[in-house]
Amino acid sequence: MADNTMGWDEFEIGAMLRSFDGPISDVALKPQEERNYSQNNSFTASVADWRIEKPIYNKDYCIDCQFCWIYCPDISIISRDKKMIGVDYDHCKGCGICVEVCPTNPKSLLMYPEQEDEEAAIAAWPEKEEKEK
Amino acid sequence: MAFEKMELNEVEVWDGNFAAAQAMRQVQIDVVSAYPITPSTPIVEGYAKFLADGYIEGEFMMVESEHAAMSGCIGAAAAGGRVATATSSQGLALMAETLYQASGMRLPIVLNIVNRALAAPLNVNGDHSDMYMVRDSGWIQFDAYNPQEVYDLNLIAFKVAEDHDVRLPAVVNQDGFMTSHTASNVRPLSDDEAYNFVGEFKPMNDMLDLDNPVTHGVQTEEDWHFEHKARQHNDLMTKVFPKIQEAFDAFEKLTGRRYNMVEKYLLDDAEVAVVAMGTSVETAVEVARELREEGIKAGVIGIRVFRPWPFEYIAEAIKGLKAIGTLDRSSPNGALGALYNEFAGVLVNSDQKTVLTNYVYGLGGRDLTKAHLREIFKELKANADAGKPTTELQQLIGVRGPKLAYL
Repeated sequence: MADNTMGWDEFEIGAMLRSFDGPISDVALKPQEERNYSQNNSFTASVADWRIEKPIYNKDYCIDCQFCWIYCPDISIISRDKKMIGVDYDHCKGCGICVEVCPTNPKSLLMYPEQEDEEAAIAAWPEKEEKEK
Repeated sequence: MAFEKMELNEVEVWDGNFAAAQAMRQVQIDVVSAYPITPSTPIVEGYAKFLADGYIEGEFMMVESEHAAMSGCIGAAAAGGRVATATSSQGLALMAETLYQASGMRLPIVLNIVNRALAAPLNVNGDHSDMYMVRDSGWIQFDAYNPQEVYDLNLIAFKVAEDHDVRLPAVVNQDGFMTSHTASNVRPLSDDEAYNFVGEFKPMNDMLDLDNPVTHGVQTEEDWHFEHKARQHNDLMTKVFPKIQEAFDAFEKLTGRRYNMVEKYLLDDAEVAVVAMGTSVETAVEVARELREEGIKAGVIGIRVFRPWPFEYIAEAIKGLKAIGTLDRSSPNGALGALYNEFAGVLVNSDQKTVLTNYVYGLGGRDLTKAHLREIFKELKANADAGKPTTELQQLIGVRGPKLAYL
């Protein structure tokens, strides 16, 4: 958040915050980590502290189909060059949509309680489900 | 899209509503978002007709409620447009939440309020209870006493509100029916003169500036809310009056018509004065003139700018007065009237001894007659002579049944 020593006369008027420091023009072409987000932008803050379930990503089964990336309502799936990298836990709210749309068998994303250890979860990942013939 | 200009006569016969609609046409608003309500309906109706007839290049949004009307104005203003609407009474009440949003977001919206009583009982006629209801909402509030002033103050309101040192929404009040539906002579400016007086809209932090994205309407808690409110209050207290004065001066230069934060009538040597708003001011001036022939040195104070409250201008205006009666056209519902309290605030630290009393009148469109005003001035004269109140501090006038007076 903004410097909390700032006085009433030191910020811009209105209930208004700037998303970026300085003007932007080609920002849509840049990955998030290269964008000049302002400190007021939610990108620089953790806004996920009320999540009670989180998606854990297991790259062993992922086919990089990008379904989770497309469907995530909070831009919390990190993907670069069409390769799935992981989940942005500072912004993911734990809605489970990524798990729902994951097409692999077993799923490459599964919901776990917030305190679940990631390595332990991956070690105990479910087996491939045999379809009834 | 091109639009046509309108040839106006030097003197037009307009009611207050049409005067407002014409001013809105001339300043070429980008978006009017509205939900018509009596008695302000003809303002947006007139505006919509101008738009349909090709006199305006802009958008007219018919929405589902007054809450949505002001919300539409807020969105359009945040996007970066010149924006206005109109409402009355219950509609203003439904807008109340969004009025605070508009001022806190520092969006220069112009709102014509055609003053009307608040239900219950349901009533479509004029009093000032709607004006009073939103007086702490952070909007600049102008008050017009006749259609000419409605027209003039609309132009002035846009100019002041949109100034980048101000960036606050502004209300232009007019009395329901007595002003809004009573045609009188209005001397308009030409389309070009009016537009040039207000000037081209200059956006600020607008959402359509895609190179500089902004979030409007953010949340702040105990960490920042106070600083934002403090800044808004500071700007209302210190920045608005100089800009209004600039606009009044420029308008006088252009038209010869002079406006003041506080309008003073026959005050120079006055002993007693009433304070009023809206159409009552003109009636009071007429009575004061008559009473002067009978030896009562009567004067009238008209409030032109209700918010920010013109404290220092009042302090100057009341010098030498021995008795003042404030006329509040709204039921205070368990207190002295707002004008009484505001004047008491000015008087309490001054050196002069002035007897201050309060009259509540005209609710729901009840007439304030010249006989009422004669009676009031005579009571004020008695107060001045006695050096203390000779009546209760608050009286209700023009109401049937046993006399109502308090304190």
